[in-house]
Amino acid sequence: MIRNMAVLLAVIGLVAMFLPMVTDFQERENLNELAADYVEGSINDLNTPNVVTSVIVTYRGLDTLGEVTVLFLATVGVGLLLKGRKEDMIRISSSELLGTTSSVLVAMIMILGIYIFTHGHLTPGGGFQGGVVIASGFLLMLLSNVNVKMNHSIMHFVESFSGVAYVGIGVAGLVLAIGFLNPGILPLGRFGELFSAGAIPVIYSLIGLKVGSELTSILVTMGGEK
Amino acid sequence: MISSYTLILGIALLIIGFYAMLTRKNLIKMVIGFSIADTGTHIIIVSLGYLRGKTAPIIDQAVSAVNAVQKVVDPIPSALVLTAIVIGLAVTAVMLSFIVEMYRKNKSLSIDDYQELKW
Repeated sequence: MIRNMAVLLAVIGLVAMFLPMVTDFQERENLNELAADYVEGSINDLNTPNVVTSVIVTYRGLDTLGEVTVLFLATVGVGLLLKGRKEDMIRISSSELLGTTSSVLVAMIMILGIYIFTHGHLTPGGGFQGGVVIASGFLLMLLSNVNVKMNHSIMHFVESFSGVAYVGIGVAGLVLAIGFLNPGILPLGRFGELFSAGAIPVIYSLIGLKVGSELTSILVTMGGEK
Repeated sequence: MISSYTLILGIALLIIGFYAMLTRKNLIKMVIGFSIADTGTHIIIVSLGYLRGKTAPIIDQAVSAVNAVQKVVDPIPSALVLTAIVIGLAVTAVMLSFIVEMYRKNKSLSIDDYQELKW
């Protein structure tokens, strides 16, 4: 009873907290100063059509580095918690049809993921989205083919390589350009082309590889595979 | 107009998620509640960044580079939500691993069977 009352009070408190937000809410008409600056800077200084990408990779680059670190820590945490887990799972080998179809589909999903993270500065998408798409390809592989063997050393190599290269590019920006993670270390190129916007596509591709390999290793660990 | 509806939707999801976290006894249902609340906050943040009648902050045929500032929505909330989605995913994965480990030790998913931290 007391418990229910406490829950009710908490919910009413939350509603009361958010009520002013709804009643006072007014749609804004114009960008604020910071956002307008980011939009203009993204077009004029960084040659990046996708403004969200330039905010994530350049203006808030340090946040993204921290975010990748959090994802890495989560991977380590999952691995540590579920280490050496051996469940008595009933594994039924997949049919010919399922195995063949999924291996065709996995290749296409990988290509889509790579496309998404290399074109992160031009189209909607980027390293995180592309990495998740790649991990979903591995998930399909794990679910449809029980005999699949992951090469863990390659996966760990890709993960550590992309992390180290990401920090390396950041330090290179400190030395060669105006600051940490500044994309000016590579030529800016022509607006709207694949090889443009300085180091932004390189950084986003490294993030994509890192996110993809980390999420895949989370999936492999959760799948209970040794 | 549309962003006030999505704002209300986001707040509703947030409250539903918190209610689920407070009342459910099953650990996995609590994680589902967390996930719903997480989605609610993302919708709230994106709604706050919406500007009336404007489009996604990507320069292409629809948005020319010359007057882009007048035509796009706020890119910062979108970037923040992208970060928040990934962090939410990582936190959910860690929580679920904890639950797997707890189930392996005590063979129970009910929060009533875990009294160690109760006061």
